[in-house]
Amino acid sequence: MRRLFAALAVALVPQAALAEPVVTSFELDNGMRGVVIEDHRAPVVTHMVWYKVGSADETPGKTGIAHYLEHLLFKGTEKFPNGRFSEIVAENGGRENAFTSRDYTGYFQNIAADRLDLMMEMEADRMRNLVIGDDDWQAERDVVGEERRTRTDNVPSAKFREQFSAALYLGHPYGTPVIGWKAEVEALTKEDALEFYARFYAPKNAILVVAGDVDPVEVEALAKKYYGKIESVDLPEHVRGVEPPHLAERRISMTDPRVAQPQFMRGYLAPSYITAKPGEAEGLVLLADILGGGSTRRMQRVLTRDADMAIYAGAYYSGLARDHGEFVVYAGPKGDTSLAAIEGAVDWMLEDLLENGVTDEELARSKKSLIADEIYSQDSQRALAREYGAALTIGMSIEDIQGWRGRVEATTAEDVMNAARKVLDRKRSVTGILKGPDAEKKEAAE
Amino acid sequence: MRTLIAFVAAVLFAPLSHAEENRIQRVISPGGIEAWLVEEQAIPMVAVEIMFAGGAHVDAEGQEGAAYLTAGLIEEGAGDMDSQGFALRKEDLSARIGFNSGRDDFTVGMRALTANLDDSFELLHIALTEPTFEQRQIDRVRDQVLSGMKSDLVNPDTQGATEWFKQMFPGSTYGRPTKGTPESVKALTRDNLVETYGRMVAKSRMKIGVVGDIDAATLGPLLDKTFGDLPEGEALDRSPIELSNVSGTHLIQADIPQSTVMLGHEGILRGDDDFIIAYVMNHIFGGGSFNSRLYEEVREKNGLAYSVYSYLSPYDRAGLYMGGVATANERVKQSIDLIRAEWARLANEGVTEEELEKAKKFLTGAFALRFDSNAKIARYLAGLQAADLSIDYIDTRNDLVNAVTKEDVDRVAKRILKPDDLFIVVVGNPTDLDE
Repeated sequence: MRRLFAALAVALVPQAALAEPVVTSFELDNGMRGVVIEDHRAPVVTHMVWYKVGSADETPGKTGIAHYLEHLLFKGTEKFPNGRFSEIVAENGGRENAFTSRDYTGYFQNIAADRLDLMMEMEADRMRNLVIGDDDWQAERDVVGEERRTRTDNVPSAKFREQFSAALYLGHPYGTPVIGWKAEVEALTKEDALEFYARFYAPKNAILVVAGDVDPVEVEALAKKYYGKIESVDLPEHVRGVEPPHLAERRISMTDPRVAQPQFMRGYLAPSYITAKPGEAEGLVLLADILGGGSTRRMQRVLTRDADMAIYAGAYYSGLARDHGEFVVYAGPKGDTSLAAIEGAVDWMLEDLLENGVTDEELARSKKSLIADEIYSQDSQRALAREYGAALTIGMSIEDIQGWRGRVEATTAEDVMNAARKVLDRKRSVTGILKGPDAEKKEAAE
Repeated sequence: MRTLIAFVAAVLFAPLSHAEENRIQRVISPGGIEAWLVEEQAIPMVAVEIMFAGGAHVDAEGQEGAAYLTAGLIEEGAGDMDSQGFALRKEDLSARIGFNSGRDDFTVGMRALTANLDDSFELLHIALTEPTFEQRQIDRVRDQVLSGMKSDLVNPDTQGATEWFKQMFPGSTYGRPTKGTPESVKALTRDNLVETYGRMVAKSRMKIGVVGDIDAATLGPLLDKTFGDLPEGEALDRSPIELSNVSGTHLIQADIPQSTVMLGHEGILRGDDDFIIAYVMNHIFGGGSFNSRLYEEVREKNGLAYSVYSYLSPYDRAGLYMGGVATANERVKQSIDLIRAEWARLANEGVTEEELEKAKKFLTGAFALRFDSNAKIARYLAGLQAADLSIDYIDTRNDLVNAVTKEDVDRVAKRILKPDDLFIVVVGNPTDLDE
């Protein structure tokens, strides 16, 4: 869990001096932006279009529509009907997929660099010309229902995560699962999807990201040819729910017969890269690493090694979001250790940190480790494209992305502690307990 | 308007005009250790993948899970470094080293910065040759493995797979879980681990792939220093393992809204002359694209599942042909019937020329996409050697795919697909199964 989030955050950093990726950008007359990341190691390209719309932009009662629409975008257009899009990608030896998040929806193909032209033609076509047949939207809604069962309803820890997020946000739509609440997903219609599509899928709301063995001048010319001819549409004012002040700490507890390893988790509402004051987000990335970023860090050292009371432990900060970030600490108690004992130990560690601060050595180690991760992250073209896309879509600039490493290096122990004092406030937190029937009995016996 | 954000020595990035195939070098160290190398200077790092044939194979009777546990222990102390000391050293070098043990192989992956290459290889050397297997760490990692096992017992996917293999390979190494059983893992002693490790991590079983910012002249001596003092090792038993003739449907009752279905029967080995033909056939049937027959029938037309697939599973000593689907409890029988019917249709009627052409276009075109990161290429290079394929295999692979005819696929479909032999394990609470 932590790895994923940490990777998202760290990979934002550009390269060590030796191999700075060449990143260029342009803007089309209709308001669509384009970003090109050159990677000439192999004659392949990653072509992505990101829309600045995600589950947090859904109308109440219609949760899951952003994701359902993402599925429906593979149905076709007049020009490429009935799944022709995917057939053409496959016939050209390409791989494709799409993803939906709280803040964005993205579509991509990974293909031989000389097929970029064709991919752009098709992707541009489905920005405004989606056709949903009368008989394929119900089956696709069933598919989404099965996806929800696979990802969430069948998985106790995922159901717990869903409840946890819902408890963390009092009013903001980040509390809603991206895939949507079951009853609402089952009631979505073709009309709902088309309405959402018409509202949000437009050049001004889209960012093109092309990474690979390409010439930026040619990419811009192709983008003009295909995306540039799409008529500019003004987007309606769209306001998300505003999170009210948090005055009371919350606790949730879930028991499920299919939980074998109990879990303690505490999440704090935190600033995101967009809402943070200068230095805060970088302070939180470092704080998460110092606390729980690996086997040499505080939580693992104390809980899983010295005290030998946890099977696993860690911390992460997820800040790549438009409106709010989250800071999370978690641990799985071992053997006879109770959940109360593990929570007490984590609390003790957090208090100790707030009282005594972090050492220069800890800070230096964490910086070094984050920066090495960043160099390794350059190894995957798709991952790099995805990280740029996510950061740009939530509102960061290329300069913000490329300056990340410098900002992390410049972060002081005082910055880390300021961020810690601001965020580690129980009033803004949810404490979650997930356990099986056995742990339930054990806690009761204490 | 086009904005130039960063323009750093663009000349250095002159496109590599040749594809991967022309670039694999066979490096033989002065001491005779072989590695396959692709030089790639774009990023100041080197990815290394080492495969030791063995894995759960080498677990002695009653010591199931020994190989898996050793994989978790190597980083918990080596040479004069304890668990923490090893982790700190790795961090000082910004090196990433990981160990894993599967059914057939014990694998080691390393990523190192060019600037710390010698020291990183030396750390790998110490880890491989001087793991301490300290009792306290054994107990700690064992607890982690046991906790993972408890979770596996309530995870529908692992529950299904464990049962499938248990019934398909009764009494043999493939019938036992890779991680072992709670009883066998609890009983493992330090001596068991040392002995298992010694048999497994040996020169004669080792295949190495290296990709990145390093040349053959630098790599050669590093191979000797790192792997030179590993034991030679004894030959591994690679005799075929018999499959049982179990078939039909086995239900594991579980209170979950969606049933997980795993199904399959005997397939073919990687070395089989029909392997590439079977690979093309599987792509058409249920391989990884949005156009396979199973995807079309089960997902697109009927909305029965989010994921439905088939795959060839060529283990060292037995080949399998497998499939899977996850569907609501109310639609389990409907899904299985549909998959079985597709199984029979392909065996009886074969494929169309159009399907074959499309599959070839995809498989040949997408082949290059596999080589998009140093780490992936390193794994591929080690895998090629482990499968006894030649160093020019990448050159010839697309030709092999293009040479496949409709007659080939139809013949191999008949040879492999046996709908009546399917052994199906369902985990869930299906309401429409009558067995």
